[in-house]
Amino acid sequence: MTTTTLKLNLGPQHPSTHGVLRLLLELKGEKILSCEPDIGYLHRGMEKMAEKMTYLQYLPTVDRIDYLAGFFYSELLCRIVEKAMEVELPDKVRAIRVMLLELNRIASHLLWVGAFLMDLGAVSPFFYVFREREMILRFFEKLTGQRMMYNYFVFGGVRRDIDFLDGVEEIISILPKKIDDYEKIITENPIFLRRTVGKGILEPEIAFNYAITGVNLRASGVDYDYRNSDDLYRGFDFRTVVLEEKDSWARYKARISEMRECVNIVGQALDYLKRAGVLEQRLINPLNLKLPAGDYYSEIEAPRGLACCYVRSDGGEKPYRLKWRTGSYYSVNLLRKLLVGEYLNDAVAIAGSLDIILPEVDK
Amino acid sequence: MNYLYFLYIEFLTRHNIPKLFGDITFYFIPFCVIAAALLVVVLILVLAERKLLGFFTQRKGPNRVGFWGIMQTVADAFKLLCKENITPDKVDVFLFNLAPILVFIPMFAALGIIPYSAEFTFVNTQTNVILYLILAAFPILSIFLAGWASNNKYSLFGAMRSIAQVLSYELPITFVVLSIAVLASSLNLTGITYAQFSKWGIAGWFIFPCILGFIIMFISILAELNRCPFDLPEAESELVCGYNTEYSGMRFAIFYLTEYSMMFANAMFISILFLGGYLSPFGKYLFSSSFLIYFEQAFWLFLKAGILIFIMIWIRATLPRLASFDLLKFSWTVLLPLSILNLFIAVLIKMGGALC
Repeated sequence: MTTTTLKLNLGPQHPSTHGVLRLLLELKGEKILSCEPDIGYLHRGMEKMAEKMTYLQYLPTVDRIDYLAGFFYSELLCRIVEKAMEVELPDKVRAIRVMLLELNRIASHLLWVGAFLMDLGAVSPFFYVFREREMILRFFEKLTGQRMMYNYFVFGGVRRDIDFLDGVEEIISILPKKIDDYEKIITENPIFLRRTVGKGILEPEIAFNYAITGVNLRASGVDYDYRNSDDLYRGFDFRTVVLEEKDSWARYKARISEMRECVNIVGQALDYLKRAGVLEQRLINPLNLKLPAGDYYSEIEAPRGLACCYVRSDGGEKPYRLKWRTGSYYSVNLLRKLLVGEYLNDAVAIAGSLDIILPEVDK
Repeated sequence: MNYLYFLYIEFLTRHNIPKLFGDITFYFIPFCVIAAALLVVVLILVLAERKLLGFFTQRKGPNRVGFWGIMQTVADAFKLLCKENITPDKVDVFLFNLAPILVFIPMFAALGIIPYSAEFTFVNTQTNVILYLILAAFPILSIFLAGWASNNKYSLFGAMRSIAQVLSYELPITFVVLSIAVLASSLNLTGITYAQFSKWGIAGWFIFPCILGFIIMFISILAELNRCPFDLPEAESELVCGYNTEYSGMRFAIFYLTEYSMMFANAMFISILFLGGYLSPFGKYLFSSSFLIYFEQAFWLFLKAGILIFIMIWIRATLPRLASFDLLKFSWTVLLPLSILNLFIAVLIKMGGALC
């Protein structure tokens, strides 16, 4: 008797691929023999586009690279320009940026928790996290006028001063309790444990080979967090969450613990902002902005791993070449390795645990 | 049923219609009643599930159509009726159309043998527990037909999982039913209900000697209904929609209808086996007229079934989905031995009762 393998197209239109990811799976029964991620369904040419736009024109579009963590990418571009023009950020601008970045990270992780549990078949946490995420988005909306595409960071500072902080205070007082609630219904749930503990084990060597960064790497026991060496976070006291388990459960737990740390950082920034006076910043004139010829590089710890921006300038008002490095791109590639030998329903859980956002992959 | 039969014949003779006509038509009436009641029950159940899921997840649920969203499911059903029945290319057209019909019939028949009250048992055979088990497991055949005929890989996976699931959870159910049959000395649903009668109401229910059996039964019924946490055949995050991915319009509506009426039928089945069926939990009825008592009995049965369905929805709002291997392992290594133990306990209790 001959057996044949089954080719299954998971996506691009599929409820669990978080957008338009297409996975070409080769199955034997429900066991996966090989996995081939096919990306590019959401490609918007973010890098090529930059070559045709001035820095000022390009700035509002970079929020769209990752619609769940827009602040991080505008921070990267601002940082490039600030480096090139050699502008030092005042402390208050730093505090505002750190606070917004960390709130954004919390919002992103919250949504991940809901989506991951949705992949595992639990419907309720999805709505619970949206309730908390809503508080953060409300604050963002009040501050920037936008819920997801903020366009708030500008070259050399921020668009306007923060003169209300009650929204943030509410968030950091409520959120730890809510995270406790999630942990109560999720973390020790026997079904959840059965589906995540020991599933999708990511050895540190594999993670290095596939250039995995961020929470996924830290859940594999590697203590690497760019925030520790980031100049923006200078003076902030926080702990890097490192877990040794290497599996889906560790990636879940690491994100939950990281949210608590983020709340901690937001609290510190908030304390500073309460004491700080009026915002004094020296903005770079974005009109007719020309970066001196040369290569510029900036990186930041985004929710889905290390995000980098590389700009080569020929001295003109448009970048000669611009390149983004995004965390999810490498996580998608990792599926090729992690899903082999797993069963179909574990595969969905493992892919979910890596926190893949398709606009970030396709750029 | 005799009581209703006499009422009907009496009504006919009063209007000078021959008794033969009554004998023939009498057996069609229950099915018309069931069909009408079923639609209403399913509409209510779907609304209840959506409302409750809404409350569990801090939403309002459907609240636009009609007062408090009451007409939402009616509107949905109407929409499904109006939609086009799409038959995809390269499906097995005959089986594809047969599956929704086949899924409906056994469920319909299963509702006919449930004793709603002392009088409203439409088909009463001596061993209708066995008959019920057969009918309840029957829809799996059409689920497989649907999955196979759809010519869709996701449907096939759904059908495959469904069969594995029902096959492995059928055994614990059978053993638990056996233990109830031993306790009640009857394989008749009405007989089992009578066996649970006691002066103190709930004290006679079989849930007390068979609490283990009740838990096993409840879990297995969840699995057989493909409900969370055993909803692998329709796991939307993995298999899109499982076996009914390719169905649309009325055919899809029939699958949906069957799913919810099976839920209702099985909840009533558990209530009959463990919660005294249509018996009042207080030992005596609120009404004294014999005709009203029948309705009160039906009310008690529906209330018990409703509570069980509420728990099912609650579980759906709480738990994630099991992995397919754990699912089978759980049945064969945990539920099956426990159900045999439960049968053993039931036999001991019965023997002890006989000795005393």
